[in-house]
Order: sequence, then structure tokens, then C-alpha cells
Amino acid sequence: MTKIERTGLTRRALLSRSVAAGALCVTGAGFIAAPNAAWAVEVTVITEHQMATLLQMARDIYPHDRVGDQFYAVAVKGYDAEDKKALVDEGIAALDAAAQAAGHADYVSMGWEEDRVKILQGMEDSGFFQTVRGGLVTGLYNQKDVWPIFGYQGESFSQGGYIDRGFDDIDWL
Amino acid sequence: MAAPFDLNDDSVVVVIGTGAGGGVLSNELAQKGISVVALEAGGRYLPEDYINDEWESFGQLAWLDPRTTSGDWRVAKDFSGLPAWIVKAVGGTTTHWAGASLRFQDHEWKALTSYGAVEGASLLDWPIDGAEMAPWYEKAETKLGVTRTGDRAGLPGNNNFKVFEKGAKALGYTEVHTGRMAINSAEYDGRMACQQTGFCFQGCKWGAKWSAAYTDIPAGEATGNLEVRERAHVARILHDDSGKVTGVEYFDKDGNLQMQKARIVCVAGNSFESPRLLLNSASNMFPNGLANSSDQVGRNYMRHMTGSVYAVFDKPVRMWRGTTMAGIIQDEARHDPSRGFVGGYELETLALGLPFMAAFLNPGGWGRSFTTALDSYENMAGMWIVGEDMPQATNRVTLSETKDQWGLPVANVHFSDHANDIAMRNHAYKQGQAVYEAVGATRTFPTPPYPSTHNLGTNRMSEKPEDGVVNKWGQTHDIANLFISDGSQFTTGAAENPTLTIVALAIRQADHIAGEMSAGNL
Repeated sequence: MTKIERTGLTRRALLSRSVAAGALCVTGAGFIAAPNAAWAVEVTVITEHQMATLLQMARDIYPHDRVGDQFYAVAVKGYDAEDKKALVDEGIAALDAAAQAAGHADYVSMGWEEDRVKILQGMEDSGFFQTVRGGLVTGLYNQKDVWPIFGYQGESFSQGGYIDRGFDDIDWL
Repeated sequence: MAAPFDLNDDSVVVVIGTGAGGGVLSNELAQKGISVVALEAGGRYLPEDYINDEWESFGQLAWLDPRTTSGDWRVAKDFSGLPAWIVKAVGGTTTHWAGASLRFQDHEWKALTSYGAVEGASLLDWPIDGAEMAPWYEKAETKLGVTRTGDRAGLPGNNNFKVFEKGAKALGYTEVHTGRMAINSAEYDGRMACQQTGFCFQGCKWGAKWSAAYTDIPAGEATGNLEVRERAHVARILHDDSGKVTGVEYFDKDGNLQMQKARIVCVAGNSFESPRLLLNSASNMFPNGLANSSDQVGRNYMRHMTGSVYAVFDKPVRMWRGTTMAGIIQDEARHDPSRGFVGGYELETLALGLPFMAAFLNPGGWGRSFTTALDSYENMAGMWIVGEDMPQATNRVTLSETKDQWGLPVANVHFSDHANDIAMRNHAYKQGQAVYEAVGATRTFPTPPYPSTHNLGTNRMSEKPEDGVVNKWGQTHDIANLFISDGSQFTTGAAENPTLTIVALAIRQADHIAGEMSAGNL
């Protein structure tokens, strides 16, 4: 199984072992991690490259510049599983093949989001794309920790609702 | 004899479903001393069980048994197994409903007469009218504690309403207020006032919103005349050689098939399950399903012309705070064919939490066009469009190839918009966007319809037996002791949210059934 954990790796150790992959690092040791070592995803079934590609793809599908990679990592970590491996193998291979056909080494090494989005648009109707996109709708946006970034306050009953907490506090009309 | 009742007790009225129709009918009959067995497919959840979390609540309350879809409506593509967002629980969709409680306008009872024949539409006049329904509406409003009726005050306006109201007035709309809502603006009927919590769709944890789950159901049970059997999924309605119904077969909570005898059967399973049950009850005597000599069972499915408009502003709105739907513009509800369509529509405030906004703003959408909208979630206001859609004989519920967990064919829901629906929706999108632009919206979103919450018309009421399934009392034209008691009996949909009308019809039907029983006619 995969897990998200705070890594004990030092920044220098990470950098020395990593291959640049967008904003992420493929450490080559069964992990991909944030460059600042704030978090890491362990992979046991799929490859580091595949997980890094999934992360980049997730961000390209639902790009929120104020939402950190760790939330996208949570949303895609479930693809590191035996019953998802065939889907991931085929899907990432197709993504990389399309990137190569466009003159790039692979998907994650494409520097511009708009170039990557063109690759995704070309496979928008594929089962792989639709599975990843559909999964993100709940996998990303139903994380309670992501809600404050959007200003959403979630549950309110335990706090007595908003009757005394600003249900009608709009002041700019 | 007091509840619980014996399976062989053939003196009971069996009511199938416990929502706005079945729940109210069960209580009203019980109050009159009539023995009722109410069979409810779902479990029992009360305010302490409701969850202030959209997906978790959806998993708790929604009807998630399989259904299939066809037709060109976008729901069939985006939510192919989920044509409706309705509830499987004691109290039915009254746990989920927003509380908007509007009477039909007089002309809407006579849609064919009022609008004239519309090509491709199977319009019909109801065999009842506004004058006949007025006293029943008053009883329904009293039962539900509807604000702005009787001496009940309106709810206060939340942030989402204030934006909506200012835009509406800038456009010259005059019928703008916080709605006629079955949500208490002050303590009423032993239930407290609204605490502006949001999450109206997830079940009101304060009990401030009327739901049959904690009003009519326990009131009926308290009489000793009502037994509610939970997790009882009705498979088939049985009949004798004379063609009268005699009881129902159902799967109980343990999955065992049981048979409850009945003097009268009332079907109130919502507009998918009610026709499905009649069709699944086909027999040698009724090969096309019960009460279906007209071939009208399942036809004329209506879901209201709906859609939403969301808008982003340069400053925060925080639309999720407070009552979800306490805001309405009624100026467009009139019939005015100069707008390019017949019938009218209401605009009502609506908010979704972030998780549901992500799922419903533009289903299937992705990329920055989509995500920049959500980035401004805090600055968003929203409204829902609800208007009269055209009944069409080809929009219908039929039996699917797919079977449910009991091996019973599920409902296939086929729907395509009528040209009138599309013209009305486009008009409403334009007006809704104009409302927000008048307050300085920087971006607006004409959002497609969600899975249906207003499911109407698949066992419609008609004067003549050949035009519909039930008469003016909801009694099937074919079988005297078989009634339809939910929104599937709607002849046409009108522009208004249907629950108040379903409740008013149920109160009236209970009165009729009790009268016929004591007269020895049933």
C-alpha cells in the first residue's frame, strides 16, 4: 500500500538522489517527495515515474495554484495498487508517447502547462483520463484540509450555525 | 386493533413510501382512526443522525440502488446511474428538500387550456383547480408552518439572498423576498427556529425544516394506528380474480419475502419507483402492469425545467452560510408567451458546498476555466432555476434490463428536453446572469441541471381514463382500491416546487379515502 508521510530525508539527500520532475522529486528509492522534504509518497506497485506523472496530471486537470502538491498526492495515491497497475501502465505510456510525439522526453518534463494540457485534451475521452479526472472530483475536493484554502467552512451545526456568526454579514453591497 | 399489525390483517391500508405523499397520507389516515401499514424501503434517520457533510450525507440518505438512463438530457451522460438526487429513508425526500412551499398559480391547473396545444407536448388540464385546492393548501401550509402564510413571518435574508435581492431590484423585479418556506422563522409546532446553519439538503439537524421523518411519522405512530416497517422494499402488488388489489409482497430488512394483506394500497414511492412497481406487478390479468390499460403508466415524466446560475464577485459572499433556498424572484413565473415560451419559472437562491460545487458546476469540466471558478468559491453567489417543463409521452419510466439487489428490473428513465424547455432555460440563464451582473459580477456560470429532485408525472391524473392513470382523487382509473399518492400523479408540473402540492393532495386524499371507507365504497 502507499502512504503519505513526513519524510525524515534531508533536503540535500533528497536533491542528491532526485531527478527533477516538475515541482516534484523522484527520489529513486520508492518515494517521490517534495523538494523541500515536507512530504513524500511511497510507491510499492507502480513506479516513481508513474506516480510523479499522475501527480502532474492531477495538477494539470484541476490546477489550483494555492493548493499544495500534498493534496494532489493524497488524491492519486490510490493508484499505487495492484488492481490499478494495468490502467496506470497503459495510461502513462500513452501520455508519454504523446509527449514524445510532440518532441518532449516525456509528459512530466514538458515545461509549460498549456503544452501538457494539449496532450491531455488529445486523450480526454480515454478511460484512463476519465477515471483520473472523475476520481479527483471527490479525491481532491472532498479533503477537509483543502477546504480552508477555498474559504469553505464545512460543518457548522456544532458551532450553532451562522445565526450569530455572519450569515448576513455582507458589507459591500 | 392497534399497531403492529398482522401480515394477514386485510383491514389495513398499505402505504408504500413515507415521504411528502406517503408519510403525510399515513399520518392523516391514522389520525382518522384508520389502520395503516407504511412500508419504507429505507432506514430511519433523525436530526441527531444527519451529517453536515455533503458526500457523507449523500451516502447516508440518497437512493443509490441502480437505475439506468437514456435520452439526450445531460444527466444521462454525466450521471448515467443517478437520474435523481432523492432520498431512501423514513420521511423520504422531505429530509433533503429545501423547504420552498409555493402554491400553483390558478392558470397552471389548466395548462392545456391556458397555453393551447404545444407541438410535441402531451399537455392536459388537471381535473381539479385552484379553488378546489385552496382549503387543502391552507391545511398543508399550517402543517408545514410555511413562512409568509398565515401569520408566520418570513426568514431573514442571508448573504446569498442579499446579493440576489439587490440584483433583482436593479433589474426592476418586484416579487422578491426570502420565500415561503417550510422552515421555521420562529418556534412552531414544537420545533425550533432556523439557526442559519446551511446544509438544508443534508437533513436539518435542528428540526427547523419540516420533514415527515420527525413530524407526521411519529404523530401517526403515536395514535397506535400506524405501523412503519423500515427497510421493507415492495416487490409487487397483488390482486384477486376480480381485479381488486389484495396486498403487497415485499423484501423485509433481512431480505425475506413477506406478504402483507391490504384493504387498500396507496403507492407513494416517487415518480420512478411508483410506475416501476406498477409495471413490475404485471400479471396474466394485467399483462402491461397494474392500472395501465391506458398505457400511460410511466409516461409524461417531468423533472421541471431547471438549471443554476452562479456568479463570482470581487468580494466575498460566503453563500453557504444560512438557509440554502430562502430567496425567490417570482416575476418570471407568469405565463407570457411573448418571451418565446409557454409557462413560467421561479428563480430561487441556492448554495452548494465546495465538494458538490466541484461535482455539479460543470460536470466533466476541467482545466483553468473550471478551477479558476472554484478558486473564487468564497466570492460566489448562486441561484436555482425551476420552471414548468412540457409533459411528453416519450419521456418515460420503463423497466430496464438491469436488475436490483432483489433481482427486480430497475427503472430506466428516458428524458429529452422539449424545445419549450430549452427556450425557457435560455431565458432564465440570461435573466439570472443579468441579476448578478447588475451587482457587479465579474463572471457568471449558466450551470446545467443536476440529477432531478422534482420527479413528476409518471402516473398522471386525468379526467378521462384513456388520458392518464388516476382520477381527481389519485385513485387509479382501473382499480378502485389502488391509489397513487405522490408527485407521479401530477398532470403537469407548474413552475413551483412540488412538495406543498404533494402534501395538499395527500391530506385531501386521506379525507376522501376515509369518507369512502365509512360509506362502504372501499
